[in-house]
Amino acid sequence: MKRTDWLIRRLLRALITTFVIITFNFFLFRIMPGDATANLSRIPHATPELKAEIARQFGLDKSKWEQYLAYLGQLAHGNLGLSFTSQQPVVSVLWDAMVHSFPMVALGTVLSVVFGIASGLWAAWRRGGWQEKTSTASAMFFYSLPTQFLGLMLILVFVTWLGWFPAGGTGNEFNFLENPSGATKMADTLRSMFLPALTLALILYGQYTLIVRSGLLETLGEDYVLTAKAKGLSDRRIMMKHAFRNGMLPVVTLIALSFGFIAAGTILVEAVFSYPGIGLLTANAIKSRDYPVLQGAFLMITVSVIVFNLLADLYYFKLDPRITT
Amino acid sequence: MSQIVLAPTPEDAAAEKSRRAPLSWVWRQLKSNPGAATGGIVFLVFLLVSLPARLVAPYDPHATFATGYRPPSPAHWLGLDDGGHDMVSLLIYGTRTSIFVGFGASIIAIVIGVGLGLAAGYWGRATDAGISSITDFFLVIPEVPLMMVIAAVWGQGLGKMILIIGGLLWTWTVRVIRSQVMSVKERVYVRRAKALGATDWRIVTRHVLPQVAPLIIVNFVLTVAVAVFDESALSFLGLGDPRAISLGRILENADQGGAATLGAWWALVPAGAVIAILILSLTLMGQAVEDALNPRLKVSHLSRKHFLLLPNVRTGAGRPDPTPGARQGEILGDVA
Repeated sequence: MKRTDWLIRRLLRALITTFVIITFNFFLFRIMPGDATANLSRIPHATPELKAEIARQFGLDKSKWEQYLAYLGQLAHGNLGLSFTSQQPVVSVLWDAMVHSFPMVALGTVLSVVFGIASGLWAAWRRGGWQEKTSTASAMFFYSLPTQFLGLMLILVFVTWLGWFPAGGTGNEFNFLENPSGATKMADTLRSMFLPALTLALILYGQYTLIVRSGLLETLGEDYVLTAKAKGLSDRRIMMKHAFRNGMLPVVTLIALSFGFIAAGTILVEAVFSYPGIGLLTANAIKSRDYPVLQGAFLMITVSVIVFNLLADLYYFKLDPRITT
Repeated sequence: MSQIVLAPTPEDAAAEKSRRAPLSWVWRQLKSNPGAATGGIVFLVFLLVSLPARLVAPYDPHATFATGYRPPSPAHWLGLDDGGHDMVSLLIYGTRTSIFVGFGASIIAIVIGVGLGLAAGYWGRATDAGISSITDFFLVIPEVPLMMVIAAVWGQGLGKMILIIGGLLWTWTVRVIRSQVMSVKERVYVRRAKALGATDWRIVTRHVLPQVAPLIIVNFVLTVAVAVFDESALSFLGLGDPRAISLGRILENADQGGAATLGAWWALVPAGAVIAILILSLTLMGQAVEDALNPRLKVSHLSRKHFLLLPNVRTGAGRPDPTPGARQGEILGDVA
């Protein structure tokens, strides 16, 4: 009974957080200088009818409170307004971007978790030796590198100096003229995704290594590990069967806490590599002050982080049967 | 269950002596934690070079010497950027701005974080519930994207940047301070002081704050590192103060000028390296104090060496003491 309570509470909290962020997002973009109707003039080639239509949809001539309700109503119908720069509906712009971002970010995150666990395990396994020093030193090194700098360095080395990768975007922009096979397309996509994903992975892996290492070292200090040692179990068995499983519990939480960092990393990485995902969209919206897109992208990023946090909570719930509060 | 028993050692006598001699305290720190010591020295060098930027920088950072990138030369050790500015001078001024933003933002973050953490930990109940749920909310929100959005709407400027970064970096401090205050509050001498009729103000300032002071220092230093990082991220997207030269803006400029694709490594590598070293030195210093405060990280039954080499568990070996008042031979608590 207590366990389901915990689940319900987490779910509620995620919903409340989402609602607060939606509200915050409304007020942030309405307190900016110049009233909302004036900003409509920034939509290029917009006819007076279109402007009137948007003004009507979002209740821009009414009070702030009515505007807020109109905003909620439009949001519920999936209407986030029109982009100032492209005049496209924000929702479709966001969707196109997410389709590009998701596989890249997923690849980067998976790589970083795998690297991080492997090198953290190695460090904890050989604690006190040169292996731990190497592992933590390289983790600290990558942890300290600014994301955008690492990305630029990878471009300098792998694109400019070695010429192994194309310069940016999602590969050959004109390949639709050549009518390439599915395999070529796939290879192109993977190639354009590789460096951004690698940057993200390297930036995150350092944190994960340090977290995994200290999580394991902490579990290795527990009584049941001493008992296992006294029973004469091998170090390998103790590490994998006893320490690793329990040491991973805080790691799940801490990886969940790094989702915000992944979001920031995505913006910077995509801006550096001109990778056409949600991050580049955000960066461009910031530069051109395209508020509807920026508002939508921020909402999308935040909701993704909240959802993944919730998923991490659910996973933790599955891992740790002791959870009751 | 094993216990840490404080045995008298020669080091304790030395530590006792070093309390009166700050110089030897510094020396002991250097020997006991080379990483932190290196971090401290490197950071000090950065400070000494960048604070008097006007005196140290070889050229005016706004002066142009050529059009376009020029590789390093005897006159310009790190070459010229795309606008023909001397990179060494840019780096010196940039470091000063980044450190200024880092410290400014961290001060704001720590004031908010310590204030909320003290209130939540000390008063508990509804205050704690309220503050904790606000903190949990901000912990989930991706802070850097939020900073970007606020900066894009609010406008650019060094002061605004400091307020935006500092105003969002306090969550971790609240959590740490809150839990420490909760444990300090229950200690016998605090309860005694309360029973004797000490006011909340007196208890907080005389008994609680000194106990959380080392944690405040740790969090301050680590927050400076994060703030330097965040400054570079915001500036990279063109959200920095257009009139100020910062490390983040040097990187932005390198990106805009195509330094990476043109192979102008001198316009890119040093700036990134300075940010990384700055962050690394601050993190090393902060973590050293953190490790000293949390001996659990060093305890492991599988590693005898680790268990015996616990320099920081002995009383007051020349560092902020997590358990003041503990006497030699006294059992501090169970490890495990």
